[in-house]
Amino acid sequence: MTDPAAPLLRLDGVRKDFGKTRVLRGVTLDVAERTVVSVIGASGSGKSTLLRCINLLEPVTDGQIFLDGEDISDPRVNADAVRRKIGIVFQSFNLFPHMSVLANVTLALRRVSRLPKGEAEERGTALLRRIGLESKAKAYPDRLSGGQQQRVAIVRAIASDPKLLLLDEITSALDPRLVGEVLDLVRELRGADTTIIMATHEMPFARDVSDSIVFLSDGVIEEQGPPEQIFGEPRSEKTRGFLAGF
Amino acid sequence: MSRDAARLSATETERRAYRKKQSVRSVFVSCASLAAFSFAVYITLSRSEGWTRVRNTFFDPHYFADSLPSVFHGLLTNLRVLFFAVLGVAALGTLIAVTRTTVSPVLFPLRALATVYTDIFRGMPMIIVLYLIGFGIPGLRIFGRIDATLLGTIAVILVYSAYVAEVIRAGIEAVHPSQRAAARSLGLTHSQTVRIIVLPQAVRKVVPALMNDFVAMQKDVGLVSVLGAIDAVRSAQIAVAKSYNFTPYVAAGLMFILMSLPFIHLTDWYAARLKRREQAGGAV
Repeated sequence: MTDPAAPLLRLDGVRKDFGKTRVLRGVTLDVAERTVVSVIGASGSGKSTLLRCINLLEPVTDGQIFLDGEDISDPRVNADAVRRKIGIVFQSFNLFPHMSVLANVTLALRRVSRLPKGEAEERGTALLRRIGLESKAKAYPDRLSGGQQQRVAIVRAIASDPKLLLLDEITSALDPRLVGEVLDLVRELRGADTTIIMATHEMPFARDVSDSIVFLSDGVIEEQGPPEQIFGEPRSEKTRGFLAGF
Repeated sequence: MSRDAARLSATETERRAYRKKQSVRSVFVSCASLAAFSFAVYITLSRSEGWTRVRNTFFDPHYFADSLPSVFHGLLTNLRVLFFAVLGVAALGTLIAVTRTTVSPVLFPLRALATVYTDIFRGMPMIIVLYLIGFGIPGLRIFGRIDATLLGTIAVILVYSAYVAEVIRAGIEAVHPSQRAAARSLGLTHSQTVRIIVLPQAVRKVVPALMNDFVAMQKDVGLVSVLGAIDAVRSAQIAVAKSYNFTPYVAAGLMFILMSLPFIHLTDWYAARLKRREQAGGAV
């Protein structure tokens, strides 16, 4: 459990079926602490499903997921407690439209970590200042641009210092001009030693920030390695074919 | 504004003049049609054979003024019933709606019960529920004498909770599942997610429908009179029984309308305020 060399996250033969559709067919992967892993692959290859399984938003069909040595795929673990350690940012932001930006960011601090309101708002304001949106604290999400909303969603996910941050194609729903500001924030998080797993279609970005690239194809890891190798000299025919499309 | 007007292009000036002409024209047309319509109604009524009799029986100023104090006093009973019924319906309706949207197998009996409840109370005529509660519960002789107003309030709560539960359930189902996913991913428990994330959004989505039920309810509180509660309708009835003139009924009816107006406009205002705050862009 306390083995320092043990990975923060370990997936062991993770399978996920939706009815008769087999989305994940046995994914085995180690993610070390303070690393950034990018999961790439065609639409429908299982990237989002993998992230949702890690966050226990979907129960796995088979296999095990270990976080800090604990088997979190065991139905007896407290899923709410596990999710507190994992932040996730969605493709479609999913901010709460009936709450102000600040209330969105401080929700977990107030309701899950049970910080006093003043302290939670202080932290929330600091996070908003960091992304340059302090002036929007009282605004409602619908008043923000897509890029601003996604940055708010990111700081909402990291507000209570999760051990692991999952980013699920966070730039796919954005206007190309707004992608940059979101990616800059992710780059900054990498510098802050956050462990990140991201599903992405932004290949140059993945190459730039990742320690490791995982190419997912038809629900299995087709190839995995450092970015230079995956993008420079992919070994698998499928990887070459996929990357040729970019 | 006026300084800007100086810089307007000729095209825009012409367009504005056109719009102004159009709006003057439509005001004139609507005034004319209203006058014509009123005149037609007036002619039809006043030329009908029994108009004088109807006017004297239903619209007599003397009886109107005479019955007003007691009818108004009775309306206070209706308001009291309404107040407690709204609180009861809000609580029970929400509870039933949330129960019906649960998925846990443990809660199956509750879910089934909630379904049966909404089926029964939406199907049964209000007046029968009133009789069953109003005469049935005292008949059990468990509680001693119970005030007719209280029994009436209970009946109203039972019936309207079934309607409101269905409206709120529709609202809950209209909240996108991604909102639940986002809430749970932050570590919120299931019940926190329902209370903090799902219900507030669900209710916002169904405010007009809830308002509709509320307005229906505020006049159905007049039915507690069948149990003998001295409300506005009952007071009017008493006045009618004394004079054989039906004007007090009209007075009671007017009072119910007056009672509903502030609520209707308050909710419209509230809905508009939420919309302004949480939704960018105007409606076309």
